[in-house]
Amino acid sequence: MTTIRTRMGDGYAVEISVEEVKADLVAGSADAVKRGKVPPLEDAEIDYLLELFSNPSRIMGVEPGHEVVLTKDGSVNTLCSAQLSSGVGLPLSRESAIRVFERAFGFDTMEVGHPDYSFKPVKPIVALEATSLEQVLLTTIVPIFYGAMPNFGLYARPDGPFPNPADLLPRGQIAEAREAQLEMAEACREDMLYVSRVMDEMGADGINFDTTASAGDAEFLATLQAVEELAATTDLAVEVGMAAEFVLGFHGEVEYKGTRLAGLWPHQQVKVVEETGAHIFGPVVNTNSGKSVPWNVARAVTLVKECSRVASIPIHANVGMGVGGVPMFEVPPSDCLTRASAAMVEIGRVDGL
Amino acid sequence: MGGIRTTGDLVARMQLRKKMRLPQAKKYVADKLGVSIVDLTDSTVMRGLREELGIGVITAVPGAPRGIEAKVRVADLLGVDIPCLKRLAL
Repeated sequence: MTTIRTRMGDGYAVEISVEEVKADLVAGSADAVKRGKVPPLEDAEIDYLLELFSNPSRIMGVEPGHEVVLTKDGSVNTLCSAQLSSGVGLPLSRESAIRVFERAFGFDTMEVGHPDYSFKPVKPIVALEATSLEQVLLTTIVPIFYGAMPNFGLYARPDGPFPNPADLLPRGQIAEAREAQLEMAEACREDMLYVSRVMDEMGADGINFDTTASAGDAEFLATLQAVEELAATTDLAVEVGMAAEFVLGFHGEVEYKGTRLAGLWPHQQVKVVEETGAHIFGPVVNTNSGKSVPWNVARAVTLVKECSRVASIPIHANVGMGVGGVPMFEVPPSDCLTRASAAMVEIGRVDGL
Repeated sequence: MGGIRTTGDLVARMQLRKKMRLPQAKKYVADKLGVSIVDLTDSTVMRGLREELGIGVITAVPGAPRGIEAKVRVADLLGVDIPCLKRLAL
């Protein structure tokens, strides 16, 4: 019996038969079809994935001419931050680290961001962020974003001023929880606009909203409203990167231009994002650590393929730790990362990662 | 796509400034440079072409445009605005 060495969604290696790999590919895609109500992968696409995972090489790639653009979240935290950002703790300034990404790593774009990578903590120190961005813009050639997370939870007690919906809901105080979320959304939106406008003045190429809708539909609404205003009134290109594969209905009833946000999947999320005037959309598909990487990759590309098909703006799929089929592990294994990336390009038809 | 080693930065700018999907962005940049799509990620081709055009090269060549000096040429080559250049009042 021929076996293939692959991994589970938790990153640990397994040896499974070719037949099991194929079964996992089919099952992963079928799960995406069932949950997302999207078309299944074609037989030729399953065959491509089987060949991808059967190849004994550690590192996989795409054909010449099929390469895609890379945008990045987390700024230089990969180099300069600690384990909390999967960082390797190098004592580099942000400006130096961005130059490393541009010239040593050959990144297509980069971003300035704070180690505490959220809009709320950045607001009081925005002058520091702005001067760092200015210095980077003078010395780099690649497009430079400013990146941060809406991080809705920071606006609820004890971290913020508003009642915590997670406390109110178990008490059955649904109306109060919804009201709190709308108040949080307004504050979050204002913070995102404040920081983004400063970066626009500095000359940033764009703003990256990372992990959008991490706390559900009200956070998604706040971000969409901020993006709409920025797209209409600034020179910023706006990238909206999601946190999860569907929007959690923590409020349950918020809408953006007539579309209820709770329960949206990537091919539906992209349409509301497009309505705001955003420039790039980053879909997420969450990794199931109890399933194999072939299962997870097949599922991820099935969902993203439909998102890419219906999109009118560039799609930069999130492919990294715990998303896009990649194992949920602090040090993502390169054999899985390259396979997931190649699959996203060749089957997901993405415009970037 | 390899960033300034090849043309990743240029193709990215067309996505950011004009919301071009990837095939359209690649074709646009390839046409501007007079190269094929495959050449866009050929570091041998692009090393010489980028130096010739003054749009920044990956190695530290003394006197080669870098930073904002290179971006002025990128904007001119691609026919797009680059926001930070407004501050130079160009």
